[in-house]
Amino acid sequence: MFWNLPYFAVLIITIIGLATIVHKKNLIKILLGITLLESAVNLFLISLGYRAGGVAPIYTLAPSTYMVLPTPQALTLTSIVIGVATSALLLSFAMIIHRKYGTVNINLMRRLRE
Amino acid sequence: MDIIATLSSGYGFWNPVMWLIAAAVSLLVVYLFWLRGEKSYKKGTAQGQPFIGGNVAKEKGALHIRAGNLYWGYTESLKGYYRWVVPLHTGVLNDYVLWFLGVMAFLLVVVVVL
Amino acid sequence: MIPGFIVANAPALLVSVPLLGAFLCPLIGKVSSAIRNLWVMVIMLTTAAIAFILAFRVYAEGTVIYVFGAAASNLAVPLDSGGIPVRIIFTIDPMSAFMIIICAISGVAVLLYSLSSDSRNSGLAVYYTLFLLMITGVFGMVSTGDFFNFFVFLEILSLASAGIIAYRVDGGLAVEAAIKYFILSTVGAIFVLYAIGIYYGQYNALNIAMIAQRMQFTMLDKIALVMLLAALAMKCGAVPMHFWTPDAYSMAPGSATAFLVVASQASLYGLFRVLFTMYNVTLNYVTVGWIVIILGVLSMVIGVTMAIPQKDVKRLMAYHAVSQTGYMLLGVGVGLAVLGDQAAMNAVGYTAMEGGIFHIFNHAMYKGLLFLTAGAIFYRIGTRDLNKMGGLGHNMKWTMIFFIIGALAIAGIPPFNGYASKFLIYESVYLFNPVLAIIAMVVSILTLASFVKVFHSIFMGPQLPEYKDVKEAPRPMLIGMAILAVIVIAFGLFPTIVVNTLVAPAVHALVDQAGYITAVLGGA
Repeated sequence: MFWNLPYFAVLIITIIGLATIVHKKNLIKILLGITLLESAVNLFLISLGYRAGGVAPIYTLAPSTYMVLPTPQALTLTSIVIGVATSALLLSFAMIIHRKYGTVNINLMRRLRE
Repeated sequence: MDIIATLSSGYGFWNPVMWLIAAAVSLLVVYLFWLRGEKSYKKGTAQGQPFIGGNVAKEKGALHIRAGNLYWGYTESLKGYYRWVVPLHTGVLNDYVLWFLGVMAFLLVVVVVL
Repeated sequence: MIPGFIVANAPALLVSVPLLGAFLCPLIGKVSSAIRNLWVMVIMLTTAAIAFILAFRVYAEGTVIYVFGAAASNLAVPLDSGGIPVRIIFTIDPMSAFMIIICAISGVAVLLYSLSSDSRNSGLAVYYTLFLLMITGVFGMVSTGDFFNFFVFLEILSLASAGIIAYRVDGGLAVEAAIKYFILSTVGAIFVLYAIGIYYGQYNALNIAMIAQRMQFTMLDKIALVMLLAALAMKCGAVPMHFWTPDAYSMAPGSATAFLVVASQASLYGLFRVLFTMYNVTLNYVTVGWIVIILGVLSMVIGVTMAIPQKDVKRLMAYHAVSQTGYMLLGVGVGLAVLGDQAAMNAVGYTAMEGGIFHIFNHAMYKGLLFLTAGAIFYRIGTRDLNKMGGLGHNMKWTMIFFIIGALAIAGIPPFNGYASKFLIYESVYLFNPVLAIIAMVVSILTLASFVKVFHSIFMGPQLPEYKDVKEAPRPMLIGMAILAVIVIAFGLFPTIVVNTLVAPAVHALVDQAGYITAVLGGA
């Protein structure tokens, strides 16, 4: 049960992230919710590769050959980079909306509806 | 003869080249009917204008029925349905994400239980 | 005649040529804008040529795999890995080749069109860069055989699409549309990543063929299936997750909207790949098939009924895009619901799937054509509001003809291509369940009604005084529209060749999970 703690953390952070996106009205807070979701997914991917008692997957001067899996680490790196690009684009959109609409409250950003 | 082969669905068939030939034949028949029509028609005179009968003719822009007024009968008769479905498209981002999560939760229940 | 190097490495070139073009585009744009336009056109034509070479090879020989970084390009399973393919693979089976052809034709037509329709805008180097990145994303999504690679290309496509939607800031409206699209898209993509993590944790594989081979339908697999189904259905605009579609399609620049349609179809392809190749009969196909059918019927009905009272011409066409996606979901859903039952599959399933998948091609063509005509009208008169337009048939005759062709095709009127694919869907779905076919036909009638309304408001009527000196659309735009219109007419007149050569192999390759696994893993 103890070794499953990261998965519980993933679940809790995901729920907090989704609740933020669904509930908050400020655009910046919604973007923070998306960042929380991204962090939760990255934690999920990393903790999939963990093997109890394994060392870092580097062959040079390795203390033993029982290593944690390196593939999820590559997946997480890619996901972090995609998260950076996403956050950058969303923040620039938020800046332009604030400049044009004068607000970042999504209840007031309803010019496109029905 | 692959080009003019018929498309068969197992229970019906559709051959567009045959349809075109049939359409051409019927258009030919229509043209033959037209040739037997009134030959004393003078183009460009008052014979071709709509009969206004002494009323004041409106200017061109006012005669054209705009898009919002077409299909009034249809939208009026389906008023109850439109009064339900159009406000659902609120334009608020939180509702959009809520719909997505709601559908995912519903599908989770359906696929896991059934 | 064609160098063997290009034919052998076509899958890699398919993605790397537009990527290289996209990155060099701003640099070349600094030199001169005419050279930049030429560069973009050359890159697009080269990519289209490579796409056709690759598709021809796939249809002639069968599934083509391309392994990145191996000694030979078809050495999927390294000799010392114990039967596990560890490298990233592009697996191009006839279904992928079908989508590649669609993207290539659409990309060339749209790029020809945008060379003149966006010539008045500023910051064009950014626009063409984003456009080429969208092309990279779509080609990568439909060719890849590795699931995490699919996610990466999905994100490339989402980012580039969001950038293009927000391109013409429009006082903030376009950016609002882009934010709604992008936040929904990111949430969906995160759930796709969760599903990838679940597959990796269970089966220690990211390769689609490997996951398909090791798939047992455990509880975690059910959760992953639901996540993928919801996220990919949202990306292609299925009701009730379609709310981003009208905003995004109406605010994007005219040419980019036609390609956004192709991007949505690529997500639909991803959904079919997951359902048919990864799961196939291991899942509860009756339940999931009926889920897809219900999503399709909802999309059809709500899409078309929301379209009729619209006053913005591109929003109306966007709702119709949602409705037509419903047709594809209906056809393929019927095929999924009878997947395990071989007798019903031969009677109904294959025809329904052929109808659904043929409809993808037809939709990309006539929807692209309609969006391009709407863009041409916006280019000439500067407004998208239907209440302000009228009598343009006196001035823009070619645009009117192309609009008539597109409108008759989308309504399913013979002899255009919409009728051919809808005929297959109606006939087979009627045998499966008559109520669904009747709903589909009523939706078709409402589609025709809505386009008659648009045609009357834009083109019919007396020539209004404010539009007296509106000229016809410029020549490159007409050529781009003509390419799509010729295909609409040609596919309508000769549907049998298209179905037998392109669609039926795609459907059989999609349903045949064992063939896919054998092609990648080599008979394991």
